[in-house]
Amino acid sequence: MASLRNKFRLLSAVRHAGLAGYIVLGACLSFGQTTNSCLDCHSSLPDPYGVTQEKFKQDIHAQKGLTCTSCHGGDSTSDDPSVAMSSKAGWKGKVDRKQVPQLCGSCHSNPAYIKQFDPGLRTDQLDQYHTSVHGERLAAGDSKVAVCTDCHSVHDIRPPIDPRSTVNPVNVATTCSRCHSDAAYMKSYGIPTDQFANYKTSVHYQALMVSGDLSAPTCTTCHGNHGAVPPGVDKVQNVCGNCHVFQAQMYAKSTHNKAFEALSLPGCVVCHSNHGIHHPSDAMLGTGPEGVCMRCHQPGDHCDRARVTIESGLTQLDGAIKSADQALRIAEASGMDVSEARLAQDQARDSLTKARVTIHTFQAALVNEDVQAGLKIAAKDQQAGKDAMVERNHRRIGLGISLIAIGIMLAGLWLYIRKMES
Amino acid sequence: MISAIIRWLDERLHLDGLIAPLRHKTVPTHRLSYWYFFGGITLFLFVVQVITGVLLLLYYRAGANEAFESVQYIMTQVRFGWLIRSIHSWSANLMILTAFAHMFSVAFLKAYRKPRELTWVSGMLLLFLVMGFGFSGYLLPWNTLAFFATKVGTSMVGEVPIIGRPMMIFLRGGEQVTGATLTRFFGFHVTVLPGLVLILIAIHLFLVQRQGMSVPPETEEEWVRNPSARREMKFFPNFLLRELMAWYVAIGVLGALAAIFPWNLGVKADPFVSAPAGIKPEWYFLFMFQTLKLIPSKVWLIDGEVLGVLGCGLAGLLWLLLPFFESEQPSHTKKWITGLTIFVLVYVIGMSVYGFLAK
Repeated sequence: MASLRNKFRLLSAVRHAGLAGYIVLGACLSFGQTTNSCLDCHSSLPDPYGVTQEKFKQDIHAQKGLTCTSCHGGDSTSDDPSVAMSSKAGWKGKVDRKQVPQLCGSCHSNPAYIKQFDPGLRTDQLDQYHTSVHGERLAAGDSKVAVCTDCHSVHDIRPPIDPRSTVNPVNVATTCSRCHSDAAYMKSYGIPTDQFANYKTSVHYQALMVSGDLSAPTCTTCHGNHGAVPPGVDKVQNVCGNCHVFQAQMYAKSTHNKAFEALSLPGCVVCHSNHGIHHPSDAMLGTGPEGVCMRCHQPGDHCDRARVTIESGLTQLDGAIKSADQALRIAEASGMDVSEARLAQDQARDSLTKARVTIHTFQAALVNEDVQAGLKIAAKDQQAGKDAMVERNHRRIGLGISLIAIGIMLAGLWLYIRKMES
Repeated sequence: MISAIIRWLDERLHLDGLIAPLRHKTVPTHRLSYWYFFGGITLFLFVVQVITGVLLLLYYRAGANEAFESVQYIMTQVRFGWLIRSIHSWSANLMILTAFAHMFSVAFLKAYRKPRELTWVSGMLLLFLVMGFGFSGYLLPWNTLAFFATKVGTSMVGEVPIIGRPMMIFLRGGEQVTGATLTRFFGFHVTVLPGLVLILIAIHLFLVQRQGMSVPPETEEEWVRNPSARREMKFFPNFLLRELMAWYVAIGVLGALAAIFPWNLGVKADPFVSAPAGIKPEWYFLFMFQTLKLIPSKVWLIDGEVLGVLGCGLAGLLWLLLPFFESEQPSHTKKWITGLTIFVLVYVIGMSVYGFLAK
């Protein structure tokens, strides 16, 4: 009985201790929380005034400790709207579109302030924005152009590294297209609105969105982000050359560079287009619908003859590689080891890639050097495949002879055993 | 000329005394006599393994950086290297197949009965060693499949309670399968295992020679009832010539397999890439592998893999001790052992096929 009583006392003590624990925990959790009276009302207001607690919690600024008053002023600790939104408390109300860059820049252009949160974050966004077409037009009084919040969103701004951010590489094109694909909105500017549709057909879009290569270009890669401007006609190759280094170097020394500059033609774009850049193929050198050379050159002229030489060289090498691959595949299917030739085939493919890059010199002799190097390797590999098949046939003949010899031995042994046992 | 040489040797070595036991040795003749050939074929294939293995040793280099390349060199540059390596690989597989056939024939014909218990035990130990040959030899070309199969195989050893982990580290030469594992396996493959196998073959053959060939219980009973029905043939030359014919057939099969299906080398092992999908061990381990796969991860409180590994070990031990459950008298042989043998055969084949077809 005494032991039962002791157990009951123990349970009672534990229960009281648990209750006290809950009270202390609740006090700890509530300590330090400040009242945000703004959200009390704005969470139930319709757009554009509505901001919920859940939405604002996603915002990087909220996560870093900033509140509504950091941008809008006022006193969020007061439940009385006349106090919370009083001019005495510094309330600014809705920020005018034209003031948005300046407001964001008040913190983002202050290195000392930004360093507290992210020492690596740049602080030249506002300066760059002023140089952009968007910034220049805004300064000229055009309030339709993009300001910070148009691209970064508002009240739920996420860092660009967050895949849900409107400025994450995978979302940038969609964000830009919200205005640039809107024909009605862009009507007054007289610029095309098919960029996004074209981009979606491009090799760059495939690489970024299908293959998941986050280094593949999106709008801002070529146009810049805060300092967004269309690349100058004579500077397009500098933009492309950021990634396509060898092609740009070769093009810079080529005759086409001088000719295009003289004619004010936009370099790379002349042949490859801009937003809808497709994977280049040897057909671009041909005379079919994909061919680009004959748009400017005349049949039979000096350049056309060079084009024919380059095209036939590439076609020949491509065919030789495929033919060698086929020969090696047949040999492998017969169980022959042609791994060395397989490895060498990669060098032949490298030569073809190199030749396709060398096209940007527009010199048939230079392209031919790479083509010949590749042809030499492909011919050797093709021969390796053929030799393997000859070797396979020798093996099978050898096997046949051996099996005949074994058959004769077996017959001889059988006859000997029969004779011996008879 | 040859008879003169033999006479010269006989005068000095008394060869006749050595050959005499062979002349007197006989082999029982009955409707199931052909099963006697499988032991001899297995031995012949082992000899093929030794000869081709020694030839491969002339060029093979054990080491993570050169093993694959040396086998590639053998397959492509060395004259008839492809043939020697392919025969070595095919012969290894055929040897395990004929060893299994030999084991099951002995089990079904109840040839393990007293006084041949030790012959069965030595034969079973030889089978385990031959499978060890297969496991260690599989890694030596250092290709992707071999690398990951060894990783899986050695990790199963690690599941054995208490001694498993030290054994795994001993086999691998460290925590992971590396070049140290390769040199270790090479050492086992060309020195330790051949030494043990040679000793056991000597014991196995000595026992066969000492006790003579077993006769199936039904035949034995019939011959006891009617001694005139007893049929025998001389081991030398009658049986040996027939065995020689089987060896010739084996050479023909090996040559055909090597010429038409040269053993593939695969892709060099890269420890930093992920394991290829659907990786499986060699066919002779497939029934055990599939069994382990089918056991749930937890059986009551015991880890499924531990249970599987211990279960396989226990089953192997009981199979090794099979003769000690059998009756000596041909008329009183245990039917349940025959039933168990049928079950084991069906289980091994069924699980192997299931493992082969399973994704």
